Amino acid sequence: MFNILLLFVSILYFSSADASKAYITNEKDNTLSVIDIDKRKVIKTVDIGQRPRGITMTKDGKLVLICASDDDRVEVRDAETLKLKYHLPSGPDPELFVLSPDDSILYIANEDDAMVTVVDMNERMIIDDIPVGVEPEGMGLTNNGAVLVNTSETTNMAHFIDTETLNIVENVLVDARPRVAMFTPNDEEVWVSSEIGGTVKVINPNSKAVTHTIGFEIPGVNEESIQPVGVKHTNDGKYTFVALGPANRVAVIDQKTKEIIKYLLVGQRVWQLAFSNDQKTLLSTNGVSNDVSFINVEKLKVEKSVKVGRFPWGVVISP
Amino acid sequence: MNIKNFLLVLIFLSLTLTNKVDTRELSIQQLEERKKADSERAEKRKKRGKKAFSKEITLTTKITFVSMERKNPPVLSNLDPILTDEGFYGVKLAIEDNLTTGRFVGHDYKASFHRVSLNEKLNQEFEKLIDKGHKIFIVDLTEDEILSLKKLRGFDQVLIFNIRSKSDSLRNEKCAKNIYHIPPSYSMLSDALTQYLVKKKWTKWFLVTGPDKSDKNYSNALKESAKKFNIKIKEEKVWDFTSDLRRTAGKEVPIFTKGSRYDVLVVADEKGEFGEYLAYRTWDPRPIAGSQGLKPNSWHRTHEQWGATQMQNRFRRESGRWMTEVDYHAWTAVRSLGEAITRTQKNSVTDIIKYLSGSSFGLGAYKGMKVSYRSWNGQMRQPILLAAPRSMVSVSPQDGYIHPFSELDTLGKDKPESTCKF
Repeated sequence: MFNILLLFVSILYFSSADASKAYITNEKDNTLSVIDIDKRKVIKTVDIGQRPRGITMTKDGKLVLICASDDDRVEVRDAETLKLKYHLPSGPDPELFVLSPDDSILYIANEDDAMVTVVDMNERMIIDDIPVGVEPEGMGLTNNGAVLVNTSETTNMAHFIDTETLNIVENVLVDARPRVAMFTPNDEEVWVSSEIGGTVKVINPNSKAVTHTIGFEIPGVNEESIQPVGVKHTNDGKYTFVALGPANRVAVIDQKTKEIIKYLLVGQRVWQLAFSNDQKTLLSTNGVSNDVSFINVEKLKVEKSVKVGRFPWGVVISP
Repeated sequence: MNIKNFLLVLIFLSLTLTNKVDTRELSIQQLEERKKADSERAEKRKKRGKKAFSKEITLTTKITFVSMERKNPPVLSNLDPILTDEGFYGVKLAIEDNLTTGRFVGHDYKASFHRVSLNEKLNQEFEKLIDKGHKIFIVDLTEDEILSLKKLRGFDQVLIFNIRSKSDSLRNEKCAKNIYHIPPSYSMLSDALTQYLVKKKWTKWFLVTGPDKSDKNYSNALKESAKKFNIKIKEEKVWDFTSDLRRTAGKEVPIFTKGSRYDVLVVADEKGEFGEYLAYRTWDPRPIAGSQGLKPNSWHRTHEQWGATQMQNRFRRESGRWMTEVDYHAWTAVRSLGEAITRTQKNSVTDIIKYLSGSSFGLGAYKGMKVSYRSWNGQMRQPILLAAPRSMVSVSPQDGYIHPFSELDTLGKDKPESTCKF
């Protein structure tokens, strides 16, 4: 009996320790909110560097990396304690970044500087920088890490970069203010959202041709406030979710046919998205209403919103 | 509430409120550091033998900036420096942006800057430039100066972007097919302000107009907006005092503003000769709006939404000062050209006009929605920022003003009201 009790207690203990967490950067009050995904509650808020935006994690879930844009560096924090471990050099104004599949290289978009900075994670040193278009932001990487796509907001291009040579191989013109580039799980397409253009372009990474342009129409919402930003694909190839900014909605798109299935009403000015590990839940950061919406992916329903700090920007979920 | 609880609340409040007072803007020092880091990085890149992606140049576009040397008016306020380089850094930054894009598509851009000095004649100098083959102009000129250009030999073959004048007649009866207007017209500004005042239900106005022509233009636009939005102008006065108000405003303004009951004092004083001295001195306690107080703008230093922080930082890094409206207009004009040339791969005046006035043109210009041009008069459609000196109050068009084509066309003269005929 005692053993069973012990077992029960230990299960409880481990399940709580293993509980998946969402980390949210709050751009305007320089804090990080941590949400317990199961409980759907903020469990911790800590002060971090200035103007935190992009956020990511190492594959083992041990380190959280944060772009502290106004400090011109990347903060590396312990995922458990959230204590600052060290800074990585990043070049000026880091906004968004992506880690190579083996976590050895960090590719950073420097928004003020028209550069993509390449950082060696072990040496903690800048090893190269690649001149790209004006106000680079979106960073998409293939599963094998061979091709990096960066978008530049004022140049309106998707830059295809060979990560072997760290040179640009091709530039594809997209619609105004491209924000996010995201490869489909099979790497056969890269989707690029354009905030001011109001579209998502689907590009074939081999031919570099635009194969689809997805537009959005929402009854009662004017065209100008439909501003696509965050893009997330489900691994089963079924859905793609696109955050539509001040339209306050997340579009659900059939990943294969590119047809729009549904619009989900979330908080105000929705930008970035992240899946829970089982991909059953999608989180959205809503900048103006200062909250995070929980979307049930199976039912395509918004189930809850959780208040966080001022202007939640980026979100990452622990493995 | 007992004293202990009250103290606890007080301590809590003071802790939470004092915590978040960091400024948003980077200091000039920080910007300088970034600049230094940039050049260091560029040097390192050179050492590594790294080359930026660049396509062979197939198209070169020359852009000419024309401004006038002017006699400085007597100093009315010793707060703000008088700028003689407005527009310059806007052009420079936009050329750099265009060049970055151009590198990827094989387009080159060259800018030249011409400042007509006090002892030169604008028309002569301009004609010389046309004769030399300059085709695309960004002009920092007044209404009358722009109108005088229309008589010049070769005017029909050039393309002109107005970056200063807000005159409505330039955009209506005196319009021209090859002149684009980046600044919002007086009627766009007055509609933007009026929509907000209507929302606040401040619909009884006291209107004060200054002595200059531009003040009258602004004032006329305000009167038209008042009619359009059913505002009552309870009283209307012209300010024609000539004394230095810094010593006497306390005596003059209360008497000047005594009279009818009104909600808001609306002022048209483009040069700022007296408008700044109205606030806190009116007979009745009333807010000020118009050319002072709550002011409709195309750009403002308090603007930080929709990527504007990036623009403000990049501009300050380049120039060491804040971006003005004229700088913003210059940037937007040159970027519009870049966008048209990048998308069409052509740079002749007729091709650019065709694309700019067409329906596919749209430019991201840090206003939260794309800006474009009205095909009937070349005016740039744009949201208007309503700002107090140190805070952004609202952005017009206000919610609820709908339009079959674009909500931005609820500001200023719409197609049916326009008297412009090309």
